[in-house]
Amino acid sequence: MNLEAIRNDFPILKTQCAGRDVVYFDNAATTQKPLPVLQAAFEYSTHSNGNPHRGAHIFAIAASEAYDGSKETVRRFLNARSTREIIYTRNTTESLNLVARSYGETHLKQGDKILITIAEHHSDLVTWQRVAHKTGAALEYIYVDKETGHFLPEDLKKIDDPAVKIFAFAEVSNVLGIHFDPKPLIERAHAHGAVVVLDGAQSAPHRKVDVQDLDCDFFAFSGHKMCAADGIGVLYGREELLNDMEPFLLGGDMIDLVEEQETRFAELPAKFEAGTQYVEGAVSLEAAIRYVEAIGFDAIREQEQKLVRRTLEGMQQIPHIRIIGPKDPAEKEGLVAFTVKDVHPHDVAQILSAEGICIRTGHHCAEPLHRYLGINASCRASFYFYNTEEEVDYFLEKLKGVRPMMGYGD
Amino acid sequence: MELQQLYTDLILEYNKDTTNKRKIDDPTLSEHGHNPNCGDDITLEVKVKDGVIDDLAYTGSGCAISQASTAMMAELLQGRSVDEALRLVHLFLDMIRGKVTDEAQLEELEAAVSLKDISKLPVRVKCAVLGWHTLEIILDRLEAMKKEK
Repeated sequence: MNLEAIRNDFPILKTQCAGRDVVYFDNAATTQKPLPVLQAAFEYSTHSNGNPHRGAHIFAIAASEAYDGSKETVRRFLNARSTREIIYTRNTTESLNLVARSYGETHLKQGDKILITIAEHHSDLVTWQRVAHKTGAALEYIYVDKETGHFLPEDLKKIDDPAVKIFAFAEVSNVLGIHFDPKPLIERAHAHGAVVVLDGAQSAPHRKVDVQDLDCDFFAFSGHKMCAADGIGVLYGREELLNDMEPFLLGGDMIDLVEEQETRFAELPAKFEAGTQYVEGAVSLEAAIRYVEAIGFDAIREQEQKLVRRTLEGMQQIPHIRIIGPKDPAEKEGLVAFTVKDVHPHDVAQILSAEGICIRTGHHCAEPLHRYLGINASCRASFYFYNTEEEVDYFLEKLKGVRPMMGYGD
Repeated sequence: MELQQLYTDLILEYNKDTTNKRKIDDPTLSEHGHNPNCGDDITLEVKVKDGVIDDLAYTGSGCAISQASTAMMAELLQGRSVDEALRLVHLFLDMIRGKVTDEAQLEELEAAVSLKDISKLPVRVKCAVLGWHTLEIILDRLEAMKKEK
């Protein structure tokens, strides 16, 4: 991997901040976009913009080809059986809302259970809370070990409960950084016919996903966390489940026949894509997938591992830093959440920001996890393939200065 | 805005000052204040005797700006009448919104005047006003209770 050439593709990384190139460590929130992705979207809007699947003119046709072509790339990326199983949404959140509303709310009833984990992002938690409230189903949690971040073995037995009809979890936690190997968990849930929903927001950008091999029922991810535009996301769903669901939004292009009192809905995937779609976003996502694939997931993993290892080793040399979740780099998927004793995360982020370093602060949309871990909020440094070890060293050096800056000795 | 202008010695001192970071026995009213995005989370407790704030204290956690600001507020308003406290809360909020800039007028906010420049740093405004907004809710309720009587 030629890091210098890659970084040249990202003009934003050359932004001058505190007398140097900005250090962008907030990739778990959103990644930056390389020139080939920006150019693909620009080209589309410059030469091909139209409304797909409507009209007969050259631009309607060009837009349809761009949109459908992008879908095929996503299908291949996830190894789905058919593009009928690929629904475009705005982001992971919308994908999960679609599943919760169109599947959860119509298939669950009192006595059923929804199983999630305490490590879920709000998009995979608040959604299921509402399904539980509306249907009378119970919402249950798998808890994690507060030190290692691993699922508590006794809690995993909850998966085997035949009352569990939906099991939803993030493949990679956006706070703990752990990759929870989904395959054995999915097998276990399928043993009694539960439907498994995977939140892939933090996994799809960093590792190969094969939905057939995983055998999951739904898989959601966002384009903007893997170099594409914000506002384009994906829901993969098993075809027979999608066919058995009500449409999420109603309107244009999702219909087959509309009469005054009744409507027959379109086939998949159009049934779930009401209204004019974000074609430029779809083009951007296709370009981003090609860009990420050209680098390759092995190279991405190798670079992220280098950065995580250096970060964890460095942090363990700095007094009063608490690393959240596992401390073994092999268990971290490109992100490290931490706290600095006596200094609120918001102040840590402010001090680092003045040094040209962008990290995340707050509860990272995982408030119940933070409460469970006994912390109010945390800081998070998250990497992507374009980050460098020099940036990590600079970050660690500035992190050392945080407590002194706030009037503490070391 | 430079970091040293934000984290002044005075603010760092009040951030660490825990004189009024405590529970009150048998408070007249209490209120919870929360910034969901950054995780600032405080509970204010007030004890009122004969229309005067006999004690004002807080618990919880938050960034240096929210903690220092709340500590300054507690120190300033203990022993003041409810009406007077409400007037000072409004003066502080007007200062942060940039509505009142006259130094002489702001003098009566005492240490809290040091937060004046936060108005130039929009992302930290909600930290600076957390305690004051929370107290405003309590004081409004006290006023309403007085009227009911």
